[in-house]
Amino acid sequence: MSVSMENPVERYLRTDRIPHIWCPGCGIGTTVNCFTRAIDESGIDLDKLAIVSGIGCTGRVAGYMKVDSFHTTHGRPIPFATGLKLAEPDLKVVVYSGDGDLIAIGGNHFIHAARRNIDLTVICVNNLTYGMTGGQVTPTTPEGAIASTSPYGNYEQPFNLPYLAESSGAVYVARWTVYHVTQLKKSMREALGKRGFSFVEVISPCPTLYGRRNRLGDGLDELKIYKQRSKIQNGANTKDVELGMKGPIVVGKFVDRERPTFSDAMEAHFARTLGERYARARH
Amino acid sequence: MHADPAGVLTGAHFLDGDHACCEGALAAGCRFVAGYPITPSTEVVERIALRFPEVGGTFIQMEDELASSIAIAGAVWGGQRAMTVTSGPGFSLMMEHIGFAAMTETPCVFVNVQRGGPSTGLPTLPGQADMMQARWGSHGDYEIIAVSPNSPQEAFDLTVKAFNLAERYRVPVLVMMDECVGHMMERVVIPRAEEIEIYPRRYTTASNQDYLPYAPAEDLVPAMARAGQGYRFHMTGLTHDERGYPDMSAAGQARLVRRLSEKIRRACIPLSDIVEQDVDGAEAVVVSYGITSRVVLPAIQSVKARGRRVGCLRLRTVWPFPADRIRELAPKVRAFVVPELNLGQMVREVERSAAPTRVLSVPHAGGTVHDPAVVADAIMEALA
Repeated sequence: MSVSMENPVERYLRTDRIPHIWCPGCGIGTTVNCFTRAIDESGIDLDKLAIVSGIGCTGRVAGYMKVDSFHTTHGRPIPFATGLKLAEPDLKVVVYSGDGDLIAIGGNHFIHAARRNIDLTVICVNNLTYGMTGGQVTPTTPEGAIASTSPYGNYEQPFNLPYLAESSGAVYVARWTVYHVTQLKKSMREALGKRGFSFVEVISPCPTLYGRRNRLGDGLDELKIYKQRSKIQNGANTKDVELGMKGPIVVGKFVDRERPTFSDAMEAHFARTLGERYARARH
Repeated sequence: MHADPAGVLTGAHFLDGDHACCEGALAAGCRFVAGYPITPSTEVVERIALRFPEVGGTFIQMEDELASSIAIAGAVWGGQRAMTVTSGPGFSLMMEHIGFAAMTETPCVFVNVQRGGPSTGLPTLPGQADMMQARWGSHGDYEIIAVSPNSPQEAFDLTVKAFNLAERYRVPVLVMMDECVGHMMERVVIPRAEEIEIYPRRYTTASNQDYLPYAPAEDLVPAMARAGQGYRFHMTGLTHDERGYPDMSAAGQARLVRRLSEKIRRACIPLSDIVEQDVDGAEAVVVSYGITSRVVLPAIQSVKARGRRVGCLRLRTVWPFPADRIRELAPKVRAFVVPELNLGQMVREVERSAAPTRVLSVPHAGGTVHDPAVVADAIMEALA
């Protein structure tokens, strides 16, 4: 009897592009591992799955996934994905990018896509810093944290991403750390199954830059810290889940609600107002 | 392939250039438009918003021009023909995605109804000062195609053409209108659908296993795939190899960037779309485009009335610049005269091609059009 030694996630990856560029101890690979398992369990037709990334360390995810994948410009994967999804509604479109890309330079697109309830799953790997460019401060860096452009510590109030997503209109909002692989996989699967703007934040170690500058040890040490600080609280009020240098990291599924998507609303509205004059888009 | 009749408003109409541009896009099969309001281009998307629900199109007013200019790229990879429309400041914001479309070979159309600049400038008044920005505005080396209509009829015709060129060469094509053409109303005749030629997207016929997304055909243009068809391809704005994978080497950079430029440079002569009048035997040739090409006509008439032989060369394709034709004419004329609503942009191209023949710029800061008398004086000066 032969035993298959194939790694179960391999069929989802462009193995000819491995080794990847991520540092030892980085959490992005773990999130990709969870994501491939979520796809596997969801039974999504891989031919109908598209991954869109922006720029940065997490922006490289699209390049490693063996599906239709788009490595776009800095901050703009969400509007690219919006065009892609509206042009080809049969696709499941996933935006996979980092906190700097999605929330700093791309913040405007993030809130508007959530407001419109574009049918996208957005996965934000939040490592609290710009990794690719050398560890600068981001809109998610906790107050007091050291970054290369906040050498005396960050004095800006960071965004609380689940609160931002919920108040902008997201229909699904969850947060985990890369320690919570089972829960993360489950949330990714749920987000993939959701119609509308679903959002999963993953707190992830960046030992090379954020962890080193803030004396959090290596990747495993940073992971242990996230494990210790995490407090699972499904259904928590997103107002109360902000992140600091210390204190609990509240994780869980916070929002799961229904709302018409952009396309649902558009089609229903035109059908109502235009009647027989309305010609639905052909794809 | 002919136009889909659903989008073709066959007949004679009284339209402004912005509305005619919208009808051109519809006739060309454009079924996705993302835009952001900006004067004097807004009427294009207003008409799109009105017309699209009746023809199966999707219009989305995005949160800004950065979003609009990449939403169209997403739509293209999802299988649609797509366009965005803007002016002045919005065009500046779109520069990164013109480069992205050039790099990823995403066929799409950008319309710029030019107004006075820089910055907020003259929102409601004409300019032609974005001509070099159209060519060079995004970082890095690349080539684009740009057309410049001088009437609402041409706003229709050249928008159709822009879509066809975008598909033919897999390149962003820029429709460089100006506020005058955008807002002037004239008769526009829209032909029957079967009279409108549409260049189909160059989809690959390779199997999923054999497909190389960036392996060029003989004309240096690779065949495209669309998302959702099982090709599981990768696309990136990074320098990439034929598989679409990042290639961070000088050799890879040379291979890709040279091909992106060469596919357009090689096609410069077939792409050249110029209208000439009385050029043979002319002492001076006036080179112009857009609204200025109409303002020069009375100037040329008045100089001709003084017994001088003056020709007129009008650029409908402004980029790639038809340098060969200027080079050909240069030894036969005494001078070129180049009026434009900027302080001297396309005139640099004429100078490069005409040397050592004299080239006289007739600059104008914009806000209105040239006084034909000023152009006539310039022609006389060129002949002096």
